[in-house]
Amino acid sequence: MSNNLNREKMKTTNLDVHYGDFQALKNINIALPQNEITAFIGPSGCGKSTFLKTLNRMNDLVEGCRITGEVLLDGENIYKGMDINLLRKRVGMVFQKPNPFPMSIYDNIAYGPRTHGVSSKLKLDEIVEEALRSAAIWEEAKDRLKKSALSLSGGQQQRICIARALAVKPEILLMDEPTSALDPISTAKIEDLVLELKKDYTIIMVTHNMQQAARVSDNTAFFLLGEIVEYGDTETLFSIPKDKRTEDYITGRFG
Amino acid sequence: MRNRFETQLEELNTELILMGGLIEASISSAVKALIEQDKEQAQKAILADVEIDEKEKEIESLCLKLLLQQQPVARDLRLISAALKMITDMERIGDQAADISEIAIYLSDGPHVKKLETIPEMAKATIKMVSDSIDAFVRKDLVLAEAVIDADDIVDELFLTVKNDLIALIHGNAETGGQALDLLMIAKYFERIGDHAVNIAEWVSFSITGEHKSGRVL
Repeated sequence: MSNNLNREKMKTTNLDVHYGDFQALKNINIALPQNEITAFIGPSGCGKSTFLKTLNRMNDLVEGCRITGEVLLDGENIYKGMDINLLRKRVGMVFQKPNPFPMSIYDNIAYGPRTHGVSSKLKLDEIVEEALRSAAIWEEAKDRLKKSALSLSGGQQQRICIARALAVKPEILLMDEPTSALDPISTAKIEDLVLELKKDYTIIMVTHNMQQAARVSDNTAFFLLGEIVEYGDTETLFSIPKDKRTEDYITGRFG
Repeated sequence: MRNRFETQLEELNTELILMGGLIEASISSAVKALIEQDKEQAQKAILADVEIDEKEKEIESLCLKLLLQQQPVARDLRLISAALKMITDMERIGDQAADISEIAIYLSDGPHVKKLETIPEMAKATIKMVSDSIDAFVRKDLVLAEAVIDADDIVDELFLTVKNDLIALIHGNAETGGQALDLLMIAKYFERIGDHAVNIAEWVSFSITGEHKSGRVL
C-alpha cells in the first residue's frame, strides 16, 4: 500500500459524481499522500479525468453535474464553503494540450499572481523567475520573456503551463495527461521535472502511458467504469496486481 | 490484441521445454555413462552441453527482445524475468552433467571399487526434480514447484549417505581413495543439480505468486 509516512493531503469519502442520469464516479474513497506522485490509469471514459476535475471543482460549471460525498483538502471539505478561487490557487492544474495564454511568456506566468493581487514589478520579476526555474524552462526562456509563449515548442509550452501553475504557489498539482502531446525528449523532461517537484508539491497525474505511471508515480489507482478497482503502491500494482481486471488492463488483455 | 505477444510467449514456453528436454537427456546420458561404463553416452552429454549453452543464449535473447518490445508488466513481467533467471540454473545443470561424464570416462577403464547404489538413486531423484521444475513452469503448477523444493532434502541426505559410505571404504582400504574421491565429486555434482532444480522451482513459484523465497523481489 502507499507510504504511510506521508500524511493524507487530499481525501475523498463516498464520492459520487453524476452528469444528468449518467453516474461518472461511484463511491470513490481514496487518500492522496502529501509529497507523493499518484497516477490514475484506466481506459478512456472510466472517470479518471472527471475525478481529477472534481479535486479542484472544475466540474462545477458542467451542466447537470451533481456531486455527493466529501472531498477533503487538509481535512476541509472543498465543496462546503471553501472559496473557489482560493481552492484553485491551492490546487493547480496542467492540461493535456499545452494551453499558454496568447501573451508573452512573462505575462503568462505573472497572470495568476496579478489576479491574486501582486502588483510590484520587482516581486513579479522574482515570482516569474522562480516559477520558470522550478519548471526547468528558465534557461530557455530568460532571453525571450517578452516574446509570445505561443512561439515556443510544444514541450516548452507545457513547461510554461507548469510554471504558470506553480507561480501562484499551489500545494497540489493536478496533471491531465501532461505529456500525451509531446515527443519523447519533452516527455522525459516533464517526467524529470515532476519527480523534482514532488519535494514541494503533491502531484496527481492522469496518464494513458503505463510505463510513465510505472516510472514516475509512487501510487497508482486503476479506474474502471467509474470505480476505483485497485489502488496501491505503484511497483506492487504493476508487478503483482491483486484484481484480475487490473491485471487484464495493464497487460493489454482488454481496454 | 496481444496476438504477437501471445505468440512470443508461446515460443518462450516451447524453447524452455526444449531446453528442459536437453538437460534431462544430458543427465540421463551422464548416469548411463557412469553406471554402464559407456564412453559414448559420456560423449553425448559433453556434446549436449554445447547445445544447451546455445539454447540458453537463444532464450536469453528472446526474453530481452520481449522486454524491449512488450515492456511487460504483472504476470508477463514475472514470467519473462523468471525465465531469464531459470535458464542460468538450467545451463549450470548442463555443465554438471558434462562434468559427471568427464569423470565417468576415466572411471570406465577399470572396475568400480564399489557397487554403485546410492548414486543412481541420487541421479533418479535429481532428474525428477529437474523435469518437475520445468513442468511446474509450463503448467504454472505451484504445488509441483513446492514438491521440487521439498525433494531437495532427500537428495541432500543421499549425498551424506554416499559420503559416509566412501569414508568407510577409504578406512577399509586406502587404495580406493582416488576413485572414492571421483565418486564423491560425482555425488556432489548431483547434489548441486538438485540445488539448481530448487532455484528453478523458486522462480516458478515467483512467476505464479509474485513472491520469492529470498524475500520481496518487486
